[in-house]
Amino acid sequence: MMIKQAPDLTENDTTPYALYQNRRAFLKLLGGAAILGTTLPSMVWAKSGFSTDEKPTDYDDITTYNNFYEFGTGKDEPAINAKTLVTSPWSVTVDGECEKPGTYTLEDILKPNPLEERIYRLRCVEGWSMVIPWQGFPLGNLLKRFQPTSKAKFVRFETLADPKQMPELKNNVLDWPYTEGLRMDEAMHPLTLMATGIYDKPLLNQNGAPLRLVVPWKYGFKSIKSIVRISFVEQQPVSSWEKANAKEYGFYSNVNPEVDHPRWSQYNERRIGEFSKRKTLMFNGYEDQVASLYSGMDLRKYY
Amino acid sequence: MQFPEPLFTRFLKPLVFVCAVLPAVLMGWGVWQDSLGANPIEAVTRSTGDWALRFLLLTLSLSTLRRLLGWTQGIRLRRMLGLFAFFYACLHLTLYLWLDQFFDWGGIWRDILKRPFITVGMLAFLMLIPLAVTSPKAMLRRLGKRWKTLHTLIYPLSMLAVLHFWWMKDAKSDVSEPLIYALILAALLGERLYQRFKA
Repeated sequence: MMIKQAPDLTENDTTPYALYQNRRAFLKLLGGAAILGTTLPSMVWAKSGFSTDEKPTDYDDITTYNNFYEFGTGKDEPAINAKTLVTSPWSVTVDGECEKPGTYTLEDILKPNPLEERIYRLRCVEGWSMVIPWQGFPLGNLLKRFQPTSKAKFVRFETLADPKQMPELKNNVLDWPYTEGLRMDEAMHPLTLMATGIYDKPLLNQNGAPLRLVVPWKYGFKSIKSIVRISFVEQQPVSSWEKANAKEYGFYSNVNPEVDHPRWSQYNERRIGEFSKRKTLMFNGYEDQVASLYSGMDLRKYY
Repeated sequence: MQFPEPLFTRFLKPLVFVCAVLPAVLMGWGVWQDSLGANPIEAVTRSTGDWALRFLLLTLSLSTLRRLLGWTQGIRLRRMLGLFAFFYACLHLTLYLWLDQFFDWGGIWRDILKRPFITVGMLAFLMLIPLAVTSPKAMLRRLGKRWKTLHTLIYPLSMLAVLHFWWMKDAKSDVSEPLIYALILAALLGERLYQRFKA
């Protein structure tokens, strides 16, 4: 498959020295000198052809306007309530159709994967959007390591579901644990990111610390937070929102201005921090990179 | 229960007025100070809707309070509270037409036709207009008995307003807030039914 380089790449995507320094601090935070030692060769951060040069949304907005229902359904609630989430130690269980299932510590998952910066647009199904400078690594690099078998057609992800850490689990707004899924080729796509940081700082709990998915051409709820389980499966998994309301939230949930949500139009969006609305772009502006994944599919049917 | 008459007219009624204006003032201040979070337009749109609904319920509660507590003075606040419901509903609608749709009338019309929660919200607002227009005492005198019949519109329109909120929240599976409004409305309307069939 040919992946075209995003046309909006500019010199701005090179890393300023101050940021470079911050990243050194961040890496130290992540795992101490041992990890730093092993990742040093990759510290010259990959200049990513996928980053946008649009102005990133304010850090305060990114960290106080969140959907993370395990900590409350109000946008401001996760920032207040997510302090109870314990992100260290953290481990991820890998199972299903793969050669190397097991439980991996966060350090183990991060070690072989150099972090890079990806400035992505994020479009929420609710009609707002942000531009977020993520730090992370391609999900594909991680998945390959577990050696998925030929039976692995989809990947299913689960968020932690611990009532002691997540006060709102008692409200059965959704069927916990929060579950999401991708088709294998979507998961292996180079745009698909496992994120560990925003603005060169480790992810805050409300943003899905310590490990979250970012699929920039899909509505935000596909980008599952605080992942504790990755399963390779043969059948298409049922995501939490699909389970809650299949007519309104499909498995694919690609950003598509032509296909309305039943309760509102997806034709335009409000970029957080802006007054006017902007037109929503097909596949959230990543059409050149991902449209080929869906060639021949009726996107009204597979919404 | 009753308040001493001078206390009610000179102090309580103006106080209710000030309290009713306060949410709008605070919202305006919040916009000015940029203290309404990451999405102030959404915050103000939702807040004005909340207050329209609250004032509708308050308006409906006054006759219930009279029947249950014998507080007859409250009825004299009804016009004011009803007009505040209309005031916040106007702000709510204006915010939608302006900052959500930017007066794209085609888009607005499609919204009304295609989205049930917009349809019922718009219907509730349309029903509120004749009530606001006929609120002056002169209109009451002119319409006589028909005034009372006309103003029973508040019952269906309150139900539509709660439904509007319910269907909006239901999209994200979270109806805990609209449920509270629905229960209060059910209690207020239920009390009326009870009074009717008790006799």
